[in-house]
Amino acid sequence: MARFPFSAIVGQDEMKQALLIAAVDPSLGGVMVFGDRGTGKSTAARALAGLLPPITAHANCAYGGSKEDAARYPDVCGGGPLRKRAVPFVDLPLGATEDRVVGSLDLERALRSGEKSFEPGLLAKAHRGFLYIDEINLLEDHLVDLLLDVAASGENVVEREGLSVRHPAKFVLIGSGNPEEGELRPQLLDRFGLSVEVRTPQDIETRVEIMRLVAANERDPQAFAAKWEGADAKILKQVARGKSKLAKLETGDDVLTDAAHLCMAVGADGLRGELTLMRAARALAALKGAKSVRREHLIAVAPSALRHRLRRDVLDETGSTARITRAVEELFG
Amino acid sequence: MSSRGDTAHDALLAARLFTLAPLNFGAIILRGASPARDALVQAIGEALPCRRLPGHVDDERLLGGIDIAASLSAGKPIATKGILAEASGGALIVPMAERLDDGVAGRLAQALDDRQVALVLLDDGTEAEDAPPVSLTERAAFHCDLTASREWRDVVINVTGDLSAVAALEDDALTALAGTAAALGIGSLRPLLFAGEAARGAAALEGRNVAKRDDLETAAKLVLAPLATQLPSTDPEPPEDQPPPPSDPGDTPSDAEDQERDQTLEDLMVEAAAASIPADLLAQLVKGQTPKRGAAGSGQKRKSGLRGKPLGARPGMPHGGARLALIDTLRAAVPWQSVRRSESGSDAPIIMRKEDLRVRRFDEKAARVTIFAVDASGSAAAARLAEAKGAVELMLAQAYVTRSEVALIAFRGESVEMLLPPTRSLTRARRALAELPGGGGTPLAMGLNAAREAAHAVAARGRTPSLVVLTDGRANIDADGQPGRKQAGEDSQAAAKAIARSGLDALVVDISARPGREGPELAAAMAARYLALPRADAKALHKAISAADAAKVPA
Repeated sequence: MARFPFSAIVGQDEMKQALLIAAVDPSLGGVMVFGDRGTGKSTAARALAGLLPPITAHANCAYGGSKEDAARYPDVCGGGPLRKRAVPFVDLPLGATEDRVVGSLDLERALRSGEKSFEPGLLAKAHRGFLYIDEINLLEDHLVDLLLDVAASGENVVEREGLSVRHPAKFVLIGSGNPEEGELRPQLLDRFGLSVEVRTPQDIETRVEIMRLVAANERDPQAFAAKWEGADAKILKQVARGKSKLAKLETGDDVLTDAAHLCMAVGADGLRGELTLMRAARALAALKGAKSVRREHLIAVAPSALRHRLRRDVLDETGSTARITRAVEELFG
Repeated sequence: MSSRGDTAHDALLAARLFTLAPLNFGAIILRGASPARDALVQAIGEALPCRRLPGHVDDERLLGGIDIAASLSAGKPIATKGILAEASGGALIVPMAERLDDGVAGRLAQALDDRQVALVLLDDGTEAEDAPPVSLTERAAFHCDLTASREWRDVVINVTGDLSAVAALEDDALTALAGTAAALGIGSLRPLLFAGEAARGAAALEGRNVAKRDDLETAAKLVLAPLATQLPSTDPEPPEDQPPPPSDPGDTPSDAEDQERDQTLEDLMVEAAAASIPADLLAQLVKGQTPKRGAAGSGQKRKSGLRGKPLGARPGMPHGGARLALIDTLRAAVPWQSVRRSESGSDAPIIMRKEDLRVRRFDEKAARVTIFAVDASGSAAAARLAEAKGAVELMLAQAYVTRSEVALIAFRGESVEMLLPPTRSLTRARRALAELPGGGGTPLAMGLNAAREAAHAVAARGRTPSLVVLTDGRANIDADGQPGRKQAGEDSQAAAKAIARSGLDALVVDISARPGREGPELAAAMAARYLALPRADAKALHKAISAADAAKVPA
């Protein structure tokens, strides 16, 4: 299917917000999307990648390395003139083997010339872009471990088959899955920066609107893209501005205190929740073009940043989202 | 309700729509091996460029790569084109789709999303749970069941028509489709989009360029009805307040039918869809059980333990059942080629030594599945039932960490019910437990038999079952569902002995208020451990089960 314009996606505000925040601050640690099938999860992720401005990379670099990457990893980057290329979007299939993900000995070259060389895997392809994993909860555990580890460190270290390679692999990890079909271990969930819950829109009008847009896109993708170009460009500008403002944005002590209180109130374990909450709030403020990080930003990102970190009580039926909303209401009225 | 002729007729229509624009419809699922299906598949094959997917296909073959055999004999790398690339633009016939590997299914799903190929999924499953991977069923526009179709001769699919010539659906048509989907309890948006395309396709088949009411009904019948998770409510209340269809100012050529549309359109479509909901689905819906398509049938269950976690290859000779890991062997040999060549002076394309050989290794430890058979009869007091529920929940929370699975069977009155097929999902388990009612007689024999069968099914999938029976042992319904304490007792003894004979790990948890001799007797007959918990809280019960589990795990 042709890429669907990001701004043409109806509803799903929380998911869109989380994806944009991740685009502004890729170091947040990715987005986990919980939800039923057919809710437009992959459409949104793909659309975001399509919307972002092209990256500048060395033409011969299999990793899409920038100038900085080439300086830092001179052995692996092939060099060549700097060229623009689209932001990579890698769709990791469920049955992917470790070889394909991490990279492996280049069999072709080895057979041809007896040369031991590294064939980059999907992690290399995803560098500076997005790695999307549908049904991450069904992925082999050892692969999930590995992916999260690389996503956190931004570097893929391969030590196998006599190869010893390190290459940059900075990407935004987007996972999706339906908790009804098996859950991720809490340890893994915690490593995701943000999580969102998506549902299929239930009201008929929204669904009709979606059908209409999809049909229009199918009919004439070019015209459809052109129609939404302006709106997409606006979002793109917002992201670019957010990125540049991010570093300078200050977070006041009052907001820090708010964050600490909120984390305590909902019982989010560990420091990671608090840190993510702060950084997500900052990224949102930057995205919105605010002068400083305010409580409203904190509240807006709280469910996404904390939902998946709450201690789990098997006998408590209350959903995580409800617990956060309740805590926000109690604390901040 | 649908007659036999109807399903065949519908399937043919679905196949015609599918051949009209295969890529738009993604996939067609033909369930049930029958001559009718063979004829239909052949007809599709004549109408479309088709390729058959071998059942054991791997990534290399699917996506292309190096042909190792050819490369070795030629001494230079020879690339092959993958099946996906070869079938590009046409259809791929997938036999025995219900047994399709999840990894392959993932690849195919991606190809569907990219509009690279269309799929004809041949589903030979016989049980409701035995279905193709959800990643594919979700992306299929048509689900046809041909199990009951008897005779079918001379099927020819002759399709003319141009989908792109058909105008986009108007708002009232879209609203009607969306309303129908809502009435049938279809949450996902994909079927809705497919239904829109199907309506236009139906118009195209008739050579029209505007979709009429009939076309919408066809779409509802073919695309939406098979996915229904609920029966449309019979009361006149529409699922949502509908605004009157906005009158389109544009010059639309469909004025004749417009008069008849309005509110009734959706009702008619719901009716058409309801009429063609497959009979077995209907039965399930009436019983109030949503078919667990999706959640149970695919993915996790199959993936979790059949082969165990691959541990990679290790040096060794391929004998004693160990399989040669060809790629790894080549990998091991390749770096040494230039050295060996200069040593031996040979110019063979590849010089293999014994130490290069690698064999495959899998994690032998099969996943454990604990099957809980819970006595929910009146004699097992309500408090006991609550404790049993609590224990299962705790076990599940633990399973969450150890990645083992839990299944739940309840017996009461005259029936046994598989409440939860093996799962790791906390959400589903919790729901199944919450909905578990209590009361009625104690069909212990039926419960034990069901538990044993479930255990065998689990073992057949290569995982290790263990059985936990929570009961007071006071059977009063026999294996045929007839009341009578004597016969019931004999039957449950027989059922228990059958469990002992099959050598299952079992544990009897006595949940009677005052444990008598029934519990220990039952445990003895089952060759199971016995645990009386006069006043167990869920945590204590859980601890006991864990301890018992740990004690008997074979080294």
